[in-house]
Amino acid sequence: MNKIRWLNFGFQIGAVILALLFTTVVLLMAGAPPLQAYLYIIKGALSSITNISNVLSAWAPLLLTTSGVLITFAAGLWNIGIEGQIMVGAIFTTGALRLLQNSTVPSGWILLIGFLAGMAGGALWAALAGVLKTFGGVNEIFGGLGLNFVATAFALYLIIGPWKRPGIASTSGTLMFPDKLWLPTLPKVQFSVWALGLGILVVILVYFLLRGTHFGLRLKAIGKNSKAALLMGVPTWQYVMFAFLLCGVFAGLAGAIQVTSVYHRLTPAISSGYGFLGLMVAMLINYQAIWAAPVALFFAALNIGGIQLPIVLKLDSSLSGVLQGILVLFVLLVEGARQRLFRKR
Amino acid sequence: MNVELKDIQKTFGMVHANGGISLKIPAGTIQGILGENGAGKSTLMKILSGFIRPDQGEILLDGHTVSIHSPADAIRLGVGMLHQDPLDFPPLRVIENFILGSAGGLLPDQGAVLRDFKKLAGQFGFSLDPEAYVDSLTVGERQQLEILRLIWLGASVMIFDEPTTGISTAQKMKLFAALCLLAEQGKTVLFVSHKLDDVEGLCSRVAVLRQGYLVGEAKQPYSTKKLVEMMFGKTISVGGRKPCRADKVTVNLSKLRVEDYRLKVRDVNLDVHCGEVIGLAGMEGSGQGLFLRAVGGMTHTVGGKILIDGRDLTGRSYQTFKKHGVAFLPAARLEEGLVPGLTLTEHFILAEEAKGFFINWDKGRLLAQERIKEFDVRGIPANTVESLSGGNQQRALLALLRDSLNLLLLEHPTRGLDIESVIYIWNKLKERCQKGTAILFVSSDLEEILQYSDQVLVFFSGKVTPPLDASTLTTEKLGELIGGKGWPESTDEGKLA
Amino acid sequence: MNSSSVLLGLAGVLYGAAPIMFAVIGETITERAGIINLSMNGTILLSAMGGFAVAVGTGSIVMGFLAGALIGALVALVVAFSSITLKQSQVAVGFVLALLCRDLSYFLGHAYISKAGPRLITIPLPALSGIPILGTLFFKQDVMTYLSFVIIFLVWFWIFRTRPGLMLRGIGERPAAAFVRGANVNRLRYLYTIIGGAVAGLAGPTFSLSVKAGWAGPLSGLDGYGWIALSITIFGGWNPFRAALGVYLFSFLQWLGLVLQPFLPSIPTQVLQVAPFPLMILTLLLVNISDAEWVTRMLAAMPERPRRWMMKLLRTLRASPPASLGVPFESE
Repeated sequence: MNKIRWLNFGFQIGAVILALLFTTVVLLMAGAPPLQAYLYIIKGALSSITNISNVLSAWAPLLLTTSGVLITFAAGLWNIGIEGQIMVGAIFTTGALRLLQNSTVPSGWILLIGFLAGMAGGALWAALAGVLKTFGGVNEIFGGLGLNFVATAFALYLIIGPWKRPGIASTSGTLMFPDKLWLPTLPKVQFSVWALGLGILVVILVYFLLRGTHFGLRLKAIGKNSKAALLMGVPTWQYVMFAFLLCGVFAGLAGAIQVTSVYHRLTPAISSGYGFLGLMVAMLINYQAIWAAPVALFFAALNIGGIQLPIVLKLDSSLSGVLQGILVLFVLLVEGARQRLFRKR
Repeated sequence: MNVELKDIQKTFGMVHANGGISLKIPAGTIQGILGENGAGKSTLMKILSGFIRPDQGEILLDGHTVSIHSPADAIRLGVGMLHQDPLDFPPLRVIENFILGSAGGLLPDQGAVLRDFKKLAGQFGFSLDPEAYVDSLTVGERQQLEILRLIWLGASVMIFDEPTTGISTAQKMKLFAALCLLAEQGKTVLFVSHKLDDVEGLCSRVAVLRQGYLVGEAKQPYSTKKLVEMMFGKTISVGGRKPCRADKVTVNLSKLRVEDYRLKVRDVNLDVHCGEVIGLAGMEGSGQGLFLRAVGGMTHTVGGKILIDGRDLTGRSYQTFKKHGVAFLPAARLEEGLVPGLTLTEHFILAEEAKGFFINWDKGRLLAQERIKEFDVRGIPANTVESLSGGNQQRALLALLRDSLNLLLLEHPTRGLDIESVIYIWNKLKERCQKGTAILFVSSDLEEILQYSDQVLVFFSGKVTPPLDASTLTTEKLGELIGGKGWPESTDEGKLA
Repeated sequence: MNSSSVLLGLAGVLYGAAPIMFAVIGETITERAGIINLSMNGTILLSAMGGFAVAVGTGSIVMGFLAGALIGALVALVVAFSSITLKQSQVAVGFVLALLCRDLSYFLGHAYISKAGPRLITIPLPALSGIPILGTLFFKQDVMTYLSFVIIFLVWFWIFRTRPGLMLRGIGERPAAAFVRGANVNRLRYLYTIIGGAVAGLAGPTFSLSVKAGWAGPLSGLDGYGWIALSITIFGGWNPFRAALGVYLFSFLQWLGLVLQPFLPSIPTQVLQVAPFPLMILTLLLVNISDAEWVTRMLAAMPERPRRWMMKLLRTLRASPPASLGVPFESE
């Protein structure tokens, strides 16, 4: 038993090495010095308090989206619509803040209301995908993709139209909120303990939900065989909807955090791709919630570490995405190879 | 073509599917291959037809050793197999199915193929519309299409795997005539079946398989008793009929109507009493499956009423039916009944009423252990269900049922199981009847229907007989009804039931 | 707007639809064989960048298109290998590739941003282009647009009229039955996945060397077309003609958005550009809804005549996928 575990571990290390090799080849193709590039990524993530705090700021929403898709994955759903769910969450939060920023309501309360609105927005957008799936027979992948585009267009419309900055209408974003509506951060850095605390809390919650509750077991049953689950008495469509809603709530929270603690306004790219990245993290950890936190941290570090590449090496910052994608791809491929090898024996 | 099998061996995991089988079959004969489910007949035939490769052994055709690595090799050598569930393409047309897989140029010569098709069909007296879609054909017609196709491809050894399952008596007669014609033409016909009557009536020689071994051969005339002994190794006694029907009516159907895109089942009236077993007979797709699912709330009725325990549940969902003590066991165990990837313990927890938010794993494991013991499932609580054998999966499904049920609906409860499991499962079901549960079951096994039912409903293309007393029914009578004979003439569909 | 500008606009609709046509037809071929290649969005971007880079590097526009097809084939090969040989989830691998290839195109294409490159020229067909209306619509286009017309008929003919095409339908519907009829199912699936990928790989260069000539990284505006192509494949019911209808409908709606822009000044262009998406969702809803539980329930409650009528309508709209789409095949 122990030997098999070591062997599996070896396979996983092998996947990581292969991924690094392949990325190195890609770097060479782009005419970039590989070692330096890796070094700059590490530096960009860890070399200063600001960098580290940026990584932690990216970690929080990624934790939320990863937790969300772990729930939909458990129910056998590919919630690709999560990007749109973050977006609508951010829109709702922004809307709530805009509505209340000039009122006499204490700013703490405004923030709370903003978060609740974000959760509602994410849940609403997820519910749409869920309804399309359960009542319309539209595969959640395609329904979700369409809704993502719609959400982005809606944000653009608001940014250029009704919520445009006084004088100029620019797609770069709405007017920044006053400091009092920023999520409180630690002194001198741009990182909110509140946001991170929320992310970690949700990961723990999801871990226990999937592992030790009737709800989690039923979701898993639906994910693995929904016909049998139905015959065993699990109300399947209700649970599917619930999985969507819960994921939407977490995605909406991520959107609220992006607005209140990272950008302090609404931008068309406010999701920062954390929805898709959450899907990647979930795949990489083979849908095991226990690994969600460390791997999400690693991905967040890659994201932040890559930001400086254009300045220091004249490389595109998408290198982080390349590295992440190659890593997930090779882990999937090596897992397939491992299973094939064991089957043959 | 003379066929010779030498020491064919094949193991699947721990199971000897074929443990060294040698058999000679001369050209121009109809060779019966007899044995119960799981005796290794299908494996042997799949090896001969290239679908599976043997671990060891030789195949000789007309005295020459041949190596058959794929079905394509087999057909090139003249060996064709007709699978129990015809391996064709339901969404394609008959003629497209006929052409698919034949050799030739880029563009098939439709005209020439059509002429060949019609000529062959005429030879065997089959009437198939070449432009019809295969999913509109009956199983019997799909078999006919496959037979024509194999002959057209030049098969001189033809294997028929359980061909009489799911076809009407008339179609069976047609099939047998075709098989005799094939033998007359000098082709070698292998007829695989577990049905004594069919084998005795058709085959000039028979080989009997049991648990992967060839246990004996016989020639006409046969001694039925001897064949049975060879098949089962002993004469088995199945428990006698023990009706435990009570007076109380637990299910009442009035003027029930169900339909799907091909079939209409009209105006069924039925009272089901506590403890009663009702068998639903008919060839596959005659409406019995649809009816069964409608009574469980899984298919929507288009008319009539369903009363369970006095409550009108018409149009309600399966969840509601389940709450009122209705349970359904599907035929496809791993596809619809169990959740592959989950353990037995997890199944028992799922099936129980959820108490509280968190799972009590210790209690779950205990429950699983208890039930596993009670139902003699060979496995441990931590086993995933797909690692169990078919018989054990069926036992697990029974073990998952809640204790008090008003009505139990079963789809082919013993299909594909060994005889020991069959008897065990029916004993367990009968125990439930004694506690007052009524059973409705669909089966294509006539003996099973007659053996275990109190009443029988026969379905024929959506028409339904009134409940027939099983003790007065014979296999012949039942077979005729299933095949569409002996139904009252000129009756409207509505007046039948 | 006068009639001649409408005509030119419609010709532009056909021209602008060409890249999506390659993607949709390529995916249709792949899915007919039972494999889903979800990487389409990445395939288009990477082949657009690669095709452009090669065309700039070699100075040959033909090499650019060949490079695009090659990239599409390679990405498809990864999908085929991981799903057929390694039995991994096609959706998972395809999704990762969709993101990975997008980032790869941005990363590797960094040096080519805003470089001047070649562009396909319009070649009016002699005689044919002189036909009133039709000539302007169909015969004053560039080579790839002509190819996008031809490929619809070609692929339809292959799937529905030829012997190998029959087998292609067979392996997507019921691989076990195709296997007993002599097909090497997995080899054919490899083949068609790669061919489908190569055809889809033409989509990229058709953008970067023609329809949206040039490369501008994330600002090229190509992100998203792959996902649209996947939706249109479903709408197309795995039939090239119906798929082509979907592609042209989409392209037409995008054009309509631009035309209507001056009349709706308060709505930004980017918003009108997404108008096809809600419509796409709606059409997917229409082709799939007959499978939904509540629909059958509702139908069951309807009186006889309207029920027949409704069922007929839903069945016409319905698009049923190849029965073994996404299901791996093992011969033993």
